[in-house]
Amino acid sequence: MRIEIKFGGFGGQGIILMGNITARAAAIYDGKNAVFTPSYGPEARGGAASSNVVISEEEIDYPYVTNPDILVVMSQGAYEKFAPILKDDGLLIIDEDLVKLKNGEGKVAKIPATRIAEELGKRIVANIVMLGFFTGVTKLISYDAIKKAVLESVPARFRELNEEALEKGYRQGIEWQEE
Amino acid sequence: MKKQIKFYSGNIAAAEGALVAGCRFFAGYPITPSSEIAEHMALRLPQVGGVFIQMEDELASMAAILGASWGGAKSMTATSGPGFSLMQENIGLGAMTETPCVVINVQRAGPSTGMPTLVGQADIMQARWGSHGDYEIIALSPFSPQECFDLTIKAFNLAEEYRVPVIVLMDESVGHMFEKVVIPPKDKIKIVERKKPTVPPEKYMPYKAEDFVPEMACAGEGYNVHVTGLTHDEKGYPQATDPEVQDRLVRRLCDKIRKNEKKLRDIEEYEMDDAEVAIVSFGISARSSKAAVRLARQRGYKVGLIRLKTIWPFPDEYFEKLADEIKKFVVVEINYGQIKLEVERNVGRDKTFLLPKMGGEIHKPDEIYRKIKEVYNGN
Repeated sequence: MRIEIKFGGFGGQGIILMGNITARAAAIYDGKNAVFTPSYGPEARGGAASSNVVISEEEIDYPYVTNPDILVVMSQGAYEKFAPILKDDGLLIIDEDLVKLKNGEGKVAKIPATRIAEELGKRIVANIVMLGFFTGVTKLISYDAIKKAVLESVPARFRELNEEALEKGYRQGIEWQEE
Repeated sequence: MKKQIKFYSGNIAAAEGALVAGCRFFAGYPITPSSEIAEHMALRLPQVGGVFIQMEDELASMAAILGASWGGAKSMTATSGPGFSLMQENIGLGAMTETPCVVINVQRAGPSTGMPTLVGQADIMQARWGSHGDYEIIALSPFSPQECFDLTIKAFNLAEEYRVPVIVLMDESVGHMFEKVVIPPKDKIKIVERKKPTVPPEKYMPYKAEDFVPEMACAGEGYNVHVTGLTHDEKGYPQATDPEVQDRLVRRLCDKIRKNEKKLRDIEEYEMDDAEVAIVSFGISARSSKAAVRLARQRGYKVGLIRLKTIWPFPDEYFEKLADEIKKFVVVEINYGQIKLEVERNVGRDKTFLLPKMGGEIHKPDEIYRKIKEVYNGN
Protein backbone atom coordinates (compact mmCIF):
# COMPACT_ATOMS: atom_id res chain seq x y z
CA MET A 1 0.00 0.00 0.00
CA ARG A 2 1.12 3.52 -0.80
CA ILE A 3 1.57 5.71 2.28
CA GLU A 4 2.16 9.44 1.93
CA ILE A 5 3.84 11.39 4.71
CA LYS A 6 4.43 15.12 4.95
CA PHE A 7 6.72 16.82 7.47
CA GLY A 8 6.30 20.56 7.99
CA GLY A 9 7.81 23.30 10.14
CA PHE A 10 10.25 26.23 10.01
CA GLY A 11 13.42 26.27 8.03
CA GLY A 12 16.16 25.36 10.52
CA GLN A 13 14.19 22.77 12.51
CA GLY A 14 15.59 19.91 10.45
CA ILE A 15 12.35 19.21 8.61
CA ILE A 16 14.12 18.24 5.38
CA LEU A 17 16.39 15.86 7.28
CA MET A 18 13.36 14.17 8.86
CA GLY A 19 12.05 13.26 5.41
CA ASN A 20 15.44 12.12 4.23
CA ILE A 21 16.01 9.90 7.29
CA THR A 22 12.52 8.41 7.16
CA ALA A 23 12.70 7.49 3.48
CA ARG A 24 16.26 6.21 3.76
CA ALA A 25 15.32 4.02 6.73
CA ALA A 26 12.40 2.55 4.79
CA ALA A 27 14.31 2.09 1.52
CA ILE A 28 17.67 0.87 2.73
CA TYR A 29 17.11 -0.75 6.13
CA ASP A 30 13.52 -1.97 5.85
CA GLY A 31 13.86 -2.98 2.21
CA LYS A 32 10.74 -1.16 1.02
CA ASN A 33 10.38 1.33 -1.79
CA ALA A 34 10.55 4.97 -0.73
CA VAL A 35 10.83 8.34 -2.39
CA PHE A 36 11.84 11.51 -0.61
CA THR A 37 11.23 14.94 -2.11
CA PRO A 38 12.26 18.04 -0.19
CA SER A 39 10.23 21.17 -0.82
CA TYR A 40 12.41 23.14 -3.15
CA GLY A 41 12.15 26.85 -3.67
CA PRO A 42 13.75 30.20 -2.91
CA GLU A 43 13.27 29.71 0.84
CA ALA A 44 15.63 30.31 3.69
CA ARG A 45 15.98 29.73 7.43
CA GLY A 46 12.90 30.81 9.36
CA GLY A 47 10.62 30.41 6.37
CA ALA A 48 8.30 27.50 5.77
CA ALA A 49 9.94 24.15 5.18
CA SER A 50 8.41 20.84 4.27
CA SER A 51 9.51 17.47 3.05
CA ASN A 52 7.62 14.57 1.60
CA VAL A 53 7.96 10.82 1.76
CA VAL A 54 6.13 8.10 -0.11
CA ILE A 55 6.56 4.54 1.16
CA SER A 56 5.22 1.45 -0.56
CA GLU A 57 5.80 -2.27 -0.92
CA GLU A 58 5.17 -1.81 -4.64
CA GLU A 59 6.89 0.28 -7.26
CA ILE A 60 6.30 4.01 -6.68
CA ASP A 61 5.42 5.90 -9.86
CA TYR A 62 4.13 9.34 -8.97
CA PRO A 63 6.76 10.61 -6.53
CA TYR A 64 5.00 13.50 -4.83
CA VAL A 65 2.71 13.72 -1.82
CA THR A 66 -0.72 15.12 -2.67
CA ASN A 67 -2.95 13.97 0.21
CA PRO A 68 -0.83 12.76 3.09
CA ASP A 69 -1.92 9.82 5.21
CA ILE A 70 0.29 11.20 7.94
CA LEU A 71 1.09 14.84 8.60
CA VAL A 72 3.84 15.70 11.08
CA VAL A 73 3.98 19.41 11.92
CA MET A 74 6.28 21.43 14.13
CA SER A 75 4.94 24.93 13.50
CA GLN A 76 1.56 26.65 13.49
CA GLY A 77 2.15 27.85 9.92
CA ALA A 78 2.82 24.35 8.62
CA TYR A 79 -0.24 23.02 10.47
CA GLU A 80 -2.50 25.66 8.95
CA LYS A 81 -1.02 25.23 5.50
CA PHE A 82 -1.10 21.45 5.31
CA ALA A 83 -3.95 20.29 7.58
CA PRO A 84 -6.51 20.91 4.79
CA ILE A 85 -4.81 18.36 2.49
CA LEU A 86 -4.54 15.64 5.16
CA LYS A 87 -6.69 12.64 4.26
CA ASP A 88 -10.02 12.50 6.11
CA ASP A 89 -8.94 9.44 8.06
CA GLY A 90 -5.35 10.62 8.19
CA LEU A 91 -3.18 10.94 11.26
CA LEU A 92 -1.96 14.33 12.49
CA ILE A 93 1.20 14.38 14.62
CA ILE A 94 2.10 17.67 16.29
CA ASP A 95 4.56 19.31 18.62
CA GLU A 96 1.93 20.28 21.18
CA ASP A 97 3.81 23.36 22.39
CA LEU A 98 4.15 24.79 18.89
CA VAL A 99 0.84 23.91 17.32
CA LYS A 100 -2.56 24.98 18.58
CA LEU A 101 -5.33 22.91 17.04
CA LYS A 102 -8.13 24.95 15.54
CA ASN A 103 -11.11 22.66 15.34
CA GLY A 104 -12.17 19.08 15.79
CA GLU A 105 -9.41 17.14 14.10
CA GLY A 106 -9.57 13.43 13.43
CA LYS A 107 -6.80 11.29 14.82
CA VAL A 108 -4.16 13.39 16.57
CA ALA A 109 -0.98 12.36 18.37
CA LYS A 110 0.81 15.02 20.43
CA ILE A 111 4.24 15.30 21.96
CA PRO A 112 6.16 18.27 23.37
CA ALA A 113 9.13 17.37 21.15
CA THR A 114 10.95 20.69 21.43
CA ARG A 115 10.52 20.79 25.23
CA ILE A 116 11.88 17.25 25.53
CA ALA A 117 14.83 18.20 23.36
CA GLU A 118 15.53 21.21 25.58
CA GLU A 119 15.47 18.95 28.62
CA LEU A 120 18.03 16.76 26.90
CA GLY A 121 20.18 19.87 26.58
CA LYS A 122 19.89 20.62 22.85
CA ARG A 123 16.85 22.09 21.26
CA ILE A 124 18.21 21.10 17.88
CA VAL A 125 17.33 17.42 18.40
CA ALA A 126 13.59 18.21 18.56
CA ASN A 127 13.22 16.77 15.07
CA ILE A 128 14.80 13.50 16.19
CA VAL A 129 12.50 13.29 19.23
CA MET A 130 9.65 13.80 16.79
CA LEU A 131 11.00 11.11 14.44
CA GLY A 132 11.13 8.66 17.36
CA PHE A 133 7.56 9.56 18.28
CA PHE A 134 6.45 9.19 14.64
CA THR A 135 8.08 5.76 14.48
CA GLY A 136 6.43 4.57 17.70
CA VAL A 137 3.01 5.91 16.77
CA THR A 138 2.86 4.73 13.16
CA LYS A 139 5.03 1.58 13.21
CA LEU A 140 5.62 2.27 9.54
CA ILE A 141 9.34 1.86 9.97
CA SER A 142 11.15 -0.48 12.30
CA TYR A 143 12.95 1.11 15.22
CA ASP A 144 16.14 -0.56 14.15
CA ALA A 145 15.93 1.01 10.68
CA ILE A 146 15.19 4.53 11.86
CA LYS A 147 17.97 4.30 14.46
CA LYS A 148 20.52 3.30 11.85
CA ALA A 149 19.38 6.05 9.51
CA VAL A 150 19.51 8.66 12.28
CA LEU A 151 22.93 7.65 13.53
CA GLU A 152 24.53 7.77 10.10
CA SER A 153 23.08 11.24 9.56
CA VAL A 154 24.60 12.98 12.59
CA PRO A 155 28.18 13.84 13.55
CA ALA A 156 29.88 11.19 15.72
CA ARG A 157 30.05 13.38 18.82
CA PHE A 158 26.28 13.86 18.80
CA ARG A 159 25.35 10.22 18.31
CA GLU A 160 24.56 9.54 21.96
CA LEU A 161 22.39 12.62 22.26
CA ASN A 162 20.47 11.77 19.11
CA GLU A 163 20.01 8.19 20.17
CA GLU A 164 18.59 9.35 23.47
CA ALA A 165 16.30 11.82 21.71
CA LEU A 166 15.06 9.16 19.32
CA GLU A 167 14.41 6.67 22.10
CA LYS A 168 12.54 9.19 24.26
CA GLY A 169 10.24 10.07 21.42
CA TYR A 170 9.81 6.44 20.43
CA ARG A 171 8.78 5.37 23.94
CA GLN A 172 6.11 8.08 24.07
CA GLY A 173 4.92 6.95 20.67
CA ILE A 174 4.52 3.37 21.86
CA GLU A 175 2.64 4.66 24.93
CA TRP A 176 0.33 6.66 22.67
CA GLN A 177 -0.34 3.58 20.62
CA GLU A 178 -1.15 1.49 23.66
CA GLU A 179 -3.69 4.07 24.78
CA MET B 1 33.83 -5.33 -4.20
CA LYS B 2 30.19 -6.02 -3.42
CA LYS B 3 27.27 -4.02 -4.70
CA GLN B 4 26.36 -0.98 -2.65
CA ILE B 5 22.94 0.44 -1.91
CA LYS B 6 22.77 4.21 -1.59
CA PHE B 7 20.01 6.73 -1.06
CA TYR B 8 20.71 9.42 -3.62
CA SER B 9 18.98 12.27 -5.36
CA GLY B 10 19.05 12.13 -9.15
CA ASN B 11 21.67 14.86 -9.26
CA ILE B 12 24.03 13.09 -6.88
CA ALA B 13 23.41 9.76 -8.63
CA ALA B 14 24.36 11.33 -11.97
CA ALA B 15 27.58 12.75 -10.48
CA GLU B 16 28.48 9.37 -8.99
CA GLY B 17 27.69 7.68 -12.29
CA ALA B 18 30.07 10.06 -14.04
CA LEU B 19 32.86 9.16 -11.61
CA VAL B 20 32.29 5.44 -12.10
CA ALA B 21 32.38 5.98 -15.87
CA GLY B 22 35.82 7.50 -15.48
CA CYS B 23 35.03 11.22 -15.59
CA ARG B 24 38.06 13.07 -14.25
CA PHE B 25 37.35 16.60 -15.39
CA PHE B 26 34.37 18.82 -14.66
CA ALA B 27 34.04 22.44 -15.68
CA GLY B 28 30.83 24.20 -14.89
CA TYR B 29 28.93 27.20 -13.70
CA PRO B 30 26.41 26.30 -11.02
CA ILE B 31 22.77 26.87 -11.90
CA THR B 32 19.54 25.76 -10.24
CA PRO B 33 18.34 23.00 -10.40
CA SER B 34 21.60 21.33 -11.44
CA SER B 35 23.93 22.84 -8.82
CA GLU B 36 24.18 19.72 -6.66
CA ILE B 37 26.01 18.02 -9.52
CA ALA B 38 28.73 20.68 -9.59
CA GLU B 39 28.83 20.74 -5.80
CA HIS B 40 29.24 16.98 -5.59
CA MET B 41 31.87 16.88 -8.33
CA ALA B 42 33.81 19.65 -6.54
CA LEU B 43 33.89 17.42 -3.47
CA ARG B 44 34.53 14.11 -5.16
CA LEU B 45 36.83 14.78 -8.10
CA PRO B 46 39.87 15.76 -5.99
CA GLN B 47 39.39 12.52 -4.01
CA VAL B 48 39.89 10.45 -7.16
CA GLY B 49 42.68 12.54 -8.68
CA GLY B 50 40.42 14.52 -10.98
CA VAL B 51 40.03 18.22 -11.62
CA PHE B 52 37.05 20.47 -10.92
CA ILE B 53 36.99 24.00 -12.25
CA GLN B 54 34.30 26.55 -11.66
CA MET B 55 34.34 28.58 -14.85
CA GLU B 56 33.32 32.17 -15.51
CA ASP B 57 30.30 31.11 -17.52
CA GLU B 58 28.76 28.30 -19.54
CA LEU B 59 30.52 29.17 -22.81
CA ALA B 60 33.82 28.65 -21.10
CA SER B 61 32.59 25.54 -19.28
CA MET B 62 31.73 23.85 -22.55
CA ALA B 63 35.01 24.96 -24.13
CA ALA B 64 36.96 23.61 -21.16
CA ILE B 65 35.43 20.15 -21.29
CA LEU B 66 36.21 19.92 -25.02
CA GLY B 67 39.79 20.87 -24.30
CA ALA B 68 40.05 18.39 -21.44
CA SER B 69 38.74 15.63 -23.68
CA TRP B 70 41.44 16.41 -26.25
CA GLY B 71 43.90 16.26 -23.37
CA GLY B 72 42.78 12.67 -22.86
CA ALA B 73 40.33 13.01 -19.97
CA LYS B 74 36.72 11.98 -19.82
CA SER B 75 34.97 15.26 -19.16
CA MET B 76 31.57 16.61 -18.24
CA THR B 77 29.58 19.69 -17.42
CA ALA B 78 26.11 20.14 -15.93
CA THR B 79 23.67 22.97 -16.35
CA SER B 80 20.06 23.99 -16.84
CA GLY B 81 18.11 25.90 -19.52
CA PRO B 82 19.79 29.32 -19.60
CA GLY B 83 23.24 27.74 -19.29
CA PHE B 84 22.40 25.12 -21.89
CA SER B 85 21.57 27.95 -24.32
CA LEU B 86 25.01 29.45 -23.76
CA MET B 87 26.68 26.10 -24.39
CA GLN B 88 25.15 25.57 -27.80
CA GLU B 89 27.93 27.14 -29.85
CA ASN B 90 30.57 24.92 -28.33
CA ILE B 91 28.35 21.84 -28.45
CA GLY B 92 28.46 22.41 -32.22
CA LEU B 93 32.24 22.63 -32.01
CA GLY B 94 32.22 19.35 -30.09
CA ALA B 95 30.09 17.73 -32.79
CA MET B 96 32.32 19.07 -35.59
CA THR B 97 35.58 18.07 -33.88
CA GLU B 98 34.06 14.76 -32.73
CA THR B 99 34.97 15.33 -29.13
CA PRO B 100 33.69 12.80 -26.58
CA CYS B 101 32.06 14.61 -23.65
CA VAL B 102 28.90 14.62 -21.57
CA VAL B 103 26.55 17.53 -20.91
CA ILE B 104 23.86 17.12 -18.26
CA ASN B 105 20.89 19.42 -18.60
CA VAL B 106 18.62 19.33 -15.56
CA GLN B 107 15.63 20.95 -17.24
CA ARG B 108 13.62 23.65 -15.54
CA ALA B 109 10.66 25.63 -16.84
CA GLY B 110 11.55 28.18 -19.52
CA PRO B 111 11.85 30.09 -21.77
CA SER B 112 14.62 32.38 -20.55
CA THR B 113 15.12 32.32 -16.77
CA GLY B 114 11.55 31.03 -16.44
CA MET B 115 10.98 29.14 -13.20
CA PRO B 116 14.44 28.35 -11.82
CA THR B 117 13.37 25.94 -9.08
CA LEU B 118 10.63 24.12 -10.95
CA VAL B 119 10.40 21.35 -13.48
CA GLY B 120 10.31 21.60 -17.26
CA GLN B 121 10.99 19.31 -20.24
CA ALA B 122 11.07 21.87 -23.01
CA ASP B 123 14.72 21.61 -24.09
CA ILE B 124 14.12 18.47 -26.14
CA MET B 125 14.39 20.17 -29.52
CA GLN B 126 17.15 22.46 -28.32
CA ALA B 127 19.24 19.43 -27.38
CA ARG B 128 18.90 18.21 -30.96
CA TRP B 129 19.00 21.45 -32.94
CA GLY B 130 20.56 24.02 -30.60
CA SER B 131 23.74 24.67 -32.57
CA HIS B 132 23.92 25.75 -36.20
CA GLY B 133 24.62 23.48 -39.13
CA ASP B 134 23.83 19.82 -39.72
CA TYR B 135 24.97 17.54 -36.96
CA GLU B 136 23.72 14.79 -34.70
CA ILE B 137 24.08 14.24 -31.01
CA ILE B 138 22.84 11.56 -28.64
CA ALA B 139 20.41 12.42 -25.81
CA LEU B 140 19.30 10.15 -22.97
CA SER B 141 16.48 10.70 -20.50
CA PRO B 142 16.46 9.07 -17.03
CA PHE B 143 13.26 8.75 -14.97
CA SER B 144 14.71 7.86 -11.57
CA PRO B 145 17.86 8.40 -9.52
CA GLN B 146 18.88 4.84 -10.42
CA GLU B 147 18.68 5.71 -14.09
CA CYS B 148 20.50 9.01 -13.52
CA PHE B 149 23.36 6.80 -12.36
CA ASP B 150 23.02 4.17 -15.08
CA LEU B 151 22.39 6.51 -18.02
CA THR B 152 25.21 8.88 -17.09
CA ILE B 153 27.59 5.92 -17.32
CA LYS B 154 25.99 5.01 -20.60
CA ALA B 155 26.34 8.61 -21.81
CA PHE B 156 30.10 8.46 -21.24
CA ASN B 157 30.33 5.11 -22.98
CA LEU B 158 28.44 6.38 -26.02
CA ALA B 159 30.46 9.61 -26.10
CA GLU B 160 33.64 7.53 -26.25
CA GLU B 161 32.28 5.04 -28.76
CA TYR B 162 30.78 7.56 -31.17
CA ARG B 163 33.03 10.54 -30.45
CA VAL B 164 30.15 12.90 -29.92
CA PRO B 165 28.80 15.13 -27.16
CA VAL B 166 26.12 13.17 -25.32
CA ILE B 167 23.36 15.07 -23.53
CA VAL B 168 21.72 13.67 -20.42
CA LEU B 169 18.30 15.32 -20.43
CA MET B 170 17.23 15.18 -16.82
CA ASP B 171 14.54 17.32 -15.26
CA GLU B 172 14.23 19.12 -11.94
CA SER B 173 11.92 16.47 -10.49
CA VAL B 174 14.22 13.57 -11.27
CA GLY B 175 17.23 15.62 -10.18
CA HIS B 176 15.84 16.42 -6.75
CA MET B 177 13.97 13.27 -5.81
CA PHE B 178 15.76 10.78 -3.57
CA GLU B 179 15.49 7.04 -4.06
CA LYS B 180 17.43 3.87 -3.59
CA VAL B 181 20.33 3.54 -6.02
CA VAL B 182 22.08 0.21 -6.46
CA ILE B 183 25.73 0.54 -7.40
CA PRO B 184 26.91 -2.72 -8.94
CA PRO B 185 30.38 -4.09 -8.25
CA LYS B 186 33.00 -2.44 -10.48
CA ASP B 187 33.59 -5.52 -12.61
CA LYS B 188 29.90 -5.67 -13.45
CA ILE B 189 29.85 -2.18 -14.98
CA LYS B 190 30.69 -1.85 -18.66
CA ILE B 191 33.12 0.99 -19.35
CA VAL B 192 34.02 2.00 -22.90
CA GLU B 193 37.20 3.85 -23.90
CA ARG B 194 37.77 5.78 -27.12
CA LYS B 195 39.52 3.96 -29.97
CA LYS B 196 43.20 4.88 -30.14
CA PRO B 197 45.33 4.86 -33.30
CA THR B 198 47.32 1.70 -33.87
CA VAL B 199 49.38 3.02 -36.79
CA PRO B 200 52.67 4.87 -36.35
CA PRO B 201 52.37 8.68 -36.12
CA GLU B 202 53.48 9.34 -39.72
CA LYS B 203 50.63 7.18 -41.03
CA TYR B 204 47.92 8.56 -38.74
CA MET B 205 44.90 10.16 -40.44
CA PRO B 206 42.93 11.71 -37.58
CA TYR B 207 39.61 11.97 -39.41
CA LYS B 208 39.73 8.86 -41.56
CA ALA B 209 37.11 6.40 -40.42
CA GLU B 210 36.55 2.82 -41.47
CA ASP B 211 33.30 2.51 -39.62
CA PHE B 212 32.07 6.12 -39.24
CA VAL B 213 34.11 6.83 -36.09
CA PRO B 214 37.80 7.74 -36.48
CA GLU B 215 40.49 6.72 -34.02
CA MET B 216 41.34 9.50 -31.62
CA ALA B 217 44.86 10.51 -30.64
CA CYS B 218 45.00 13.04 -27.85
CA ALA B 219 47.55 15.76 -27.20
CA GLY B 220 50.83 14.39 -25.90
CA GLU B 221 50.49 10.88 -27.27
CA GLY B 222 53.03 11.37 -30.06
CA TYR B 223 50.62 12.02 -32.89
CA ASN B 224 49.88 15.21 -34.78
CA VAL B 225 46.63 16.54 -33.43
CA HIS B 226 44.85 19.33 -35.24
CA VAL B 227 41.46 20.35 -33.96
CA THR B 228 39.39 22.81 -35.93
CA GLY B 229 35.77 23.87 -36.29
CA LEU B 230 36.41 24.57 -39.96
CA THR B 231 35.48 21.91 -42.45
CA HIS B 232 38.46 19.56 -42.45
CA ASP B 233 39.74 16.65 -44.49
CA GLU B 234 40.85 13.25 -43.23
CA LYS B 235 44.18 14.72 -42.17
CA GLY B 236 42.38 17.20 -39.95
CA TYR B 237 43.41 20.26 -41.93
CA PRO B 238 40.93 22.96 -42.98
CA GLN B 239 39.44 22.60 -46.44
CA ALA B 240 36.97 25.40 -46.09
CA THR B 241 36.30 25.91 -49.78
CA ASP B 242 35.84 22.34 -51.01
CA PRO B 243 32.18 21.23 -51.14
CA GLU B 244 33.24 17.60 -51.64
CA VAL B 245 35.15 17.55 -48.39
CA GLN B 246 32.17 19.25 -46.71
CA ASP B 247 29.85 16.61 -48.17
CA ARG B 248 31.98 13.73 -46.93
CA LEU B 249 32.43 15.19 -43.48
CA VAL B 250 28.84 16.26 -42.75
CA ARG B 251 27.43 13.00 -44.09
CA ARG B 252 29.74 11.04 -41.82
CA LEU B 253 29.03 13.24 -38.76
CA CYS B 254 25.30 12.65 -39.19
CA ASP B 255 25.39 9.07 -40.44
CA LYS B 256 27.52 7.79 -37.58
CA ILE B 257 24.49 8.45 -35.38
CA ARG B 258 21.61 8.02 -37.88
CA LYS B 259 22.80 4.68 -39.20
CA ASN B 260 23.27 3.41 -35.68
CA GLU B 261 19.81 4.44 -34.47
CA LYS B 262 18.74 0.86 -33.89
CA LYS B 263 21.81 0.17 -31.78
CA LEU B 264 21.26 3.36 -29.82
CA ARG B 265 17.55 2.70 -29.33
CA ASP B 266 16.55 2.32 -25.68
CA ILE B 267 12.84 2.01 -24.99
CA GLU B 268 10.92 0.58 -22.07
CA GLU B 269 7.57 -0.88 -23.07
CA TYR B 270 4.98 -1.30 -20.34
CA GLU B 271 1.69 -3.13 -20.89
CA MET B 272 2.13 -2.84 -24.65
CA ASP B 273 1.31 -6.44 -25.64
CA ASP B 274 -2.38 -5.91 -26.42
CA ALA B 275 -2.44 -2.11 -26.26
CA GLU B 276 -4.71 -0.16 -28.60
CA VAL B 277 -3.66 3.22 -27.28
CA ALA B 278 -0.08 4.02 -26.36
CA ILE B 279 1.19 6.75 -24.09
CA VAL B 280 4.57 8.08 -25.21
CA SER B 281 6.57 9.73 -22.47
CA PHE B 282 10.01 10.14 -20.88
CA GLY B 283 11.71 11.43 -17.74
CA ILE B 284 9.50 12.34 -14.80
CA SER B 285 6.39 12.46 -17.03
CA ALA B 286 6.79 8.76 -17.68
CA ARG B 287 6.33 8.03 -13.96
CA SER B 288 2.95 9.76 -13.88
CA SER B 289 2.14 8.05 -17.17
CA LYS B 290 2.94 4.64 -15.74
CA ALA B 291 0.61 5.29 -12.80
CA ALA B 292 -2.09 6.39 -15.25
CA VAL B 293 -1.65 3.22 -17.33
CA ARG B 294 -2.12 1.14 -14.16
CA LEU B 295 -5.31 3.08 -13.36
CA ALA B 296 -6.63 2.66 -16.89
CA ARG B 297 -5.79 -1.05 -17.00
CA GLN B 298 -7.70 -1.63 -13.74
CA ARG B 299 -10.71 -0.18 -15.52
CA GLY B 300 -10.30 -2.32 -18.62
CA TYR B 301 -8.68 0.10 -21.05
CA LYS B 302 -6.10 -1.52 -23.32
CA VAL B 303 -3.41 1.08 -22.82
CA GLY B 304 0.36 0.81 -22.70
CA LEU B 305 3.36 3.03 -22.18
CA ILE B 306 6.31 3.62 -24.48
CA ARG B 307 9.06 5.21 -22.42
CA LEU B 308 11.93 6.75 -24.33
CA LYS B 309 15.26 6.40 -22.58
CA THR B 310 17.14 7.38 -25.71
CA ILE B 311 15.48 10.52 -27.05
CA TRP B 312 17.99 11.37 -29.81
CA PRO B 313 18.40 9.82 -32.30
CA PHE B 314 14.64 9.46 -32.40
CA PRO B 315 13.44 5.89 -33.08
CA ASP B 316 11.63 6.67 -36.35
CA GLU B 317 11.56 3.10 -37.58
CA TYR B 318 10.15 1.82 -34.29
CA PHE B 319 7.20 4.23 -34.44
CA GLU B 320 6.65 3.69 -38.16
CA LYS B 321 6.18 -0.01 -37.48
CA LEU B 322 3.91 0.59 -34.50
CA ALA B 323 1.67 2.88 -36.52
CA ASP B 324 -0.06 -0.16 -38.00
CA GLU B 325 -0.69 -1.85 -34.65
CA ILE B 326 -1.59 1.05 -32.36
CA LYS B 327 -4.70 3.10 -32.99
CA LYS B 328 -3.73 6.24 -31.13
CA PHE B 329 -0.69 7.75 -29.48
CA VAL B 330 -0.88 10.17 -26.56
CA VAL B 331 2.30 12.10 -25.91
CA VAL B 332 2.71 13.24 -22.30
CA GLU B 333 5.43 15.85 -21.83
CA ILE B 334 6.13 19.01 -19.85
CA ASN B 335 6.25 21.32 -22.86
CA TYR B 336 3.83 22.47 -25.54
CA GLY B 337 4.49 19.62 -27.95
CA GLN B 338 8.06 18.63 -28.89
CA ILE B 339 8.30 14.83 -28.83
CA LYS B 340 4.75 15.01 -30.18
CA LEU B 341 6.17 16.43 -33.42
CA GLU B 342 8.51 13.45 -33.77
CA VAL B 343 5.74 10.96 -33.05
CA GLU B 344 3.28 12.51 -35.50
CA ARG B 345 5.98 12.67 -38.17
CA ASN B 346 6.12 8.88 -37.97
CA VAL B 347 2.57 7.77 -37.19
CA GLY B 348 0.53 10.59 -38.67
CA ARG B 349 -1.24 13.64 -37.35
CA ASP B 350 -4.63 11.98 -37.04
CA LYS B 351 -3.23 9.36 -34.68
CA THR B 352 -1.22 11.66 -32.43
CA PHE B 353 -2.60 13.41 -29.36
CA LEU B 354 -0.82 15.69 -26.91
CA LEU B 355 -1.21 16.17 -23.18
CA PRO B 356 1.12 19.06 -22.54
CA LYS B 357 2.11 20.93 -19.41
CA MET B 358 3.86 24.26 -19.64
CA GLY B 359 6.15 23.61 -16.68
CA GLY B 360 6.32 24.25 -12.97
CA GLU B 361 4.56 20.99 -12.09
CA ILE B 362 4.31 17.44 -13.32
CA HIS B 363 1.21 15.68 -14.64
CA LYS B 364 -1.05 14.03 -12.09
CA PRO B 365 -1.86 10.40 -12.95
CA ASP B 366 -5.56 11.36 -12.83
CA GLU B 367 -5.34 13.91 -15.61
CA ILE B 368 -3.45 11.49 -17.84
CA TYR B 369 -6.08 8.87 -17.09
CA ARG B 370 -8.83 11.31 -18.14
CA LYS B 371 -6.98 12.00 -21.38
CA ILE B 372 -6.64 8.25 -22.01
CA LYS B 373 -10.40 7.87 -21.57
CA GLU B 374 -11.12 10.79 -23.86
CA VAL B 375 -8.80 9.58 -26.62
CA TYR B 376 -9.82 5.95 -26.21
CA ASN B 377 -13.49 6.76 -26.58
CA GLY B 378 -12.75 8.80 -29.67
CA ASN B 379 -13.57 12.28 -28.43
